[in-house]
Amino acid sequence: MTDLTRRTAAETAAAVASGEVSAVEVAQAHLDRIAEVDGQVHAFLHVDTDGALAAAKAVDEKIAAGEELSPLAGVPLAMKDVVVTKGLPTTAGSKIHEGWRPPYDATITRRIKDAGIVMLGKTNMDEFAMGSSTENSAYGPSHNPWDLGRIPGGSSGGSSAAVAAFEAPLSIGTDTGGSVRQPAAVTGIVGHKPTYGAVSRNGLIAFSSSLDQAGPFGRTVLDAALLHEVIAGHDPADSTSIRGPVAPVVAAAREGARGDLTGVRIGVVRELGGEGYQPGVLASFEAAVETLRGLGADIREVSCPHFGYALAAYYLIAPSEASSNLARFDGVRYGLRVGDDGVNSLEDVMSLTREAGFGAEVKRRIMIGTYALSSGYYEAYYGQAQKVRTLISRDFAAAFEQVDVLVSPSSPFVAFGIGERIDDPMAMYINDLCTLPASLAGTPAISVPSGLSEGLPVGLQIMAPALADERCYRVGAAFEAAVEPLVVPRLVGVTR
Amino acid sequence: MTLAYDDVVTRYEPVIGLETHVELGTVSKMFCGCSTEFGAEPNTHTCPVCLGLPGALPVVNEVAIESTIRIGLALNCSIAPWSRFARKNYFYPDMPKNYQISQYDEPICVDGYLDVDVEGTTYRVGIERVHMEEDTGKNTHVGGATGRIHGAEYSLVDFNRAGIPLIEIVTKPVPGTGALAPDVAKAYVTELRNILRTLGVSDVRMEQGSLRCDVNTSLNAPGATEWGTRTETKNVNSLRSVERAVRSEMIRQAAVLDAGERVFQETRHFNESTGDTRPGRSKEEATDYRYFPEPDLVPVAPDAAWIERLRTGLPELPAARRVRLRDSLGVSAEDMQQMTNAGVVDLVAATVEAGAAVGEARNWWLGYLVQEANSREIEAAELPIAPEQVARLVVLVADGTLSVALARQVVDGVLQTGADVDAVIAERGLQRVSDTAALEKAADEAIAANPDVADKVRGGKVPAVGALVGAVMKATRGQADAAAVRAILLDRLGVSE
Repeated sequence: MTDLTRRTAAETAAAVASGEVSAVEVAQAHLDRIAEVDGQVHAFLHVDTDGALAAAKAVDEKIAAGEELSPLAGVPLAMKDVVVTKGLPTTAGSKIHEGWRPPYDATITRRIKDAGIVMLGKTNMDEFAMGSSTENSAYGPSHNPWDLGRIPGGSSGGSSAAVAAFEAPLSIGTDTGGSVRQPAAVTGIVGHKPTYGAVSRNGLIAFSSSLDQAGPFGRTVLDAALLHEVIAGHDPADSTSIRGPVAPVVAAAREGARGDLTGVRIGVVRELGGEGYQPGVLASFEAAVETLRGLGADIREVSCPHFGYALAAYYLIAPSEASSNLARFDGVRYGLRVGDDGVNSLEDVMSLTREAGFGAEVKRRIMIGTYALSSGYYEAYYGQAQKVRTLISRDFAAAFEQVDVLVSPSSPFVAFGIGERIDDPMAMYINDLCTLPASLAGTPAISVPSGLSEGLPVGLQIMAPALADERCYRVGAAFEAAVEPLVVPRLVGVTR
Repeated sequence: MTLAYDDVVTRYEPVIGLETHVELGTVSKMFCGCSTEFGAEPNTHTCPVCLGLPGALPVVNEVAIESTIRIGLALNCSIAPWSRFARKNYFYPDMPKNYQISQYDEPICVDGYLDVDVEGTTYRVGIERVHMEEDTGKNTHVGGATGRIHGAEYSLVDFNRAGIPLIEIVTKPVPGTGALAPDVAKAYVTELRNILRTLGVSDVRMEQGSLRCDVNTSLNAPGATEWGTRTETKNVNSLRSVERAVRSEMIRQAAVLDAGERVFQETRHFNESTGDTRPGRSKEEATDYRYFPEPDLVPVAPDAAWIERLRTGLPELPAARRVRLRDSLGVSAEDMQQMTNAGVVDLVAATVEAGAAVGEARNWWLGYLVQEANSREIEAAELPIAPEQVARLVVLVADGTLSVALARQVVDGVLQTGADVDAVIAERGLQRVSDTAALEKAADEAIAANPDVADKVRGGKVPAVGALVGAVMKATRGQADAAAVRAILLDRLGVSE
């Protein structure tokens, strides 16, 4: 019997629908895989064995009753722990939220459950999605299946590691400044950040409300597209949710897989490359561009002069919003409470709780954000950053008048060693150099594996205009079809 | 020593300003679907949104926006084609998110005015802005002497109120009101309340907190080129308190200035029982609320056609209505003001419509019925008696079927039973006794029972007949016409006036 965990989501869905395997067998195979490798990978913070088997059983019963199934019914999924799941622990990687069991489901949780997708559990992440390595998790880092001594990217590193380690064929990440694309790149899988507003934020524990966007991880572009169509769509519970049809990303992935990009204009962003990028990353990227050219694409160089300011703008806007979003974690209504001894004042209990409950990076960003929003500094920092954001959007608009998509490396670096950068915030922040512009502009971008550099995965980022997510999938699928699939991660070989 | 108010206003010129918070009467809260009903079990009208649970997002209540625009239009404001919500950040346990969604530098309505009449002069009160925000929860501090959080054993939080739509209406500074400053302040809040009631956007109950007022007051020193430092007085919970708070703050500030000291810009609390203001707890001296645009909400951009529809759909506003009714009813401006303040203009108009004379209708509503409403602590309009029933009473008094005293008994019956006027009269036998033979018999009995009084009257002390009239009225249970009884008695006693 083929190992059920090696299959793509599309293959598994077809096998379940045809009765070749039961959804319960599929779920059990993945739970076994988790039991086997997660001690080393630490992708999961919570595994919901009973819930997963019950959800799988419900799918099997539907099949037995001859009911119609949605396209991913019976396929397992790992959920980032920043997404609220009714009755299941939801910590956002923070001590301050340990033990909280939400009384409601996020909109995407509800959609995933309704689609018959089997949620295996909740995945590790940088605390409140702040980081690029999962080292900021209060529950210890996750490990990259390609090299357990290295990071799996972040903040959605548990979700990327789970898919790369064959613990789940699909997972959900959230991307605020690159937290889906960078982990996808460094673990050799596919990850997409949808157009801002394409996927409901209702039930995502907010980091930076104007940037946060949930997106799919998969081992193929088609798998990511199938999950994208489940989670996307207008939600009246999120005011920033886009009204209008969901981008036809599955059709685009299938179209792209035919391998023809004739007439597609692809722009190489001059500002996203060169100095500061690892040579292996640049070599992989240049080879990727040549591959795209070989598929018939019209390759041009374009300039986005304000992309260089994205990092500075992002590290004012995101912390500003975070300083407000995280104010609610005060020990009054839920989560951790420290120092409530009948003597300490309310303010003391709030301070002690936040002092004990938040990690260093979260505190750093709360302080940066509080400062940037304070009276007298607001215009110089937050106000100025918003202006930069507008300029970056204009750069995109100008570029998309010349080309259909833009490409760049997904990250300047391959996975680095655990502990290597944790003491240097700037060294950590520049992991997101390539992903930040699309985050600030609210435009869609995908990362697909472009090969290996010294045995570690490199990602190709494909960026499209707002609402044109299908372009990312079409070009991504064409590229995927044209390159050799990555060898399976070392971990898989070692443990099998 | 307390200064005399007259002395204060001859030497200082007051400037007032008002910030009024109005709870909108929407069915659901500002940003979620929870009920806004008052007085439910604590924390039963809550959901992930108004509890500020992680991940929950606000969605604007369209009816609240519509109500706010209508308020803005009624106050002659410009409606911003584009406005935004902002977050006001501060930590307090009655605020589930530790920020309040409000409007900051981009409010929905700006630059309007409201004219109020005081003692025959019209004062134009400029409206700076009308904006939307959400209410906080309600803390109860248990134990401790003050009922405040400091010293309390523990505190309870009820989030039923959290997220109820609040409208804040801020006036521009109002100079030039002189000695009438307290009256103008009161008249403004009264007129604002009438408008809000007419619009049907709030139940405007000051005692329940659905209309709350902060009063800003400052005094200009003689010859000053700049306005004086203002104080903000909170906890002003009735129309009368608005007037008292301004007056007492003017007297207090004058004493401070007379002593050569300066007035501190501070928040003060009005004390209903003493009628004076006390400094508020000086919390967070210079709070930095770190306002920034609320990223969870999209801007509010009402289109011009919608605004026009709301404008044409406005009801007749109180000022226009007063002019029209004053003309059609033929009452004085002063009467009109009184009826307006008592909230009975519509009731009087409807009573007149139903066939009553204007003067009688006015007297009933402003007199006996308002007293009844006050004693029940409800509005006159809420009394279980209809204008048609009052009109019927007026007609019955006019044609002599009822005396005024009897009519009041009928009103009592209607209010108690909810029955119709004629039914109450029939059931309780309240018609006036006009049977002359019966009255003569009662008069003879009264004379026989009070020979001393009868002798006095016969001896020329005519006013003494009152005692006999009283006896007859008593015997007829008040249902006789006193004038007729008196005439019969004098005739029987052989006395003429």
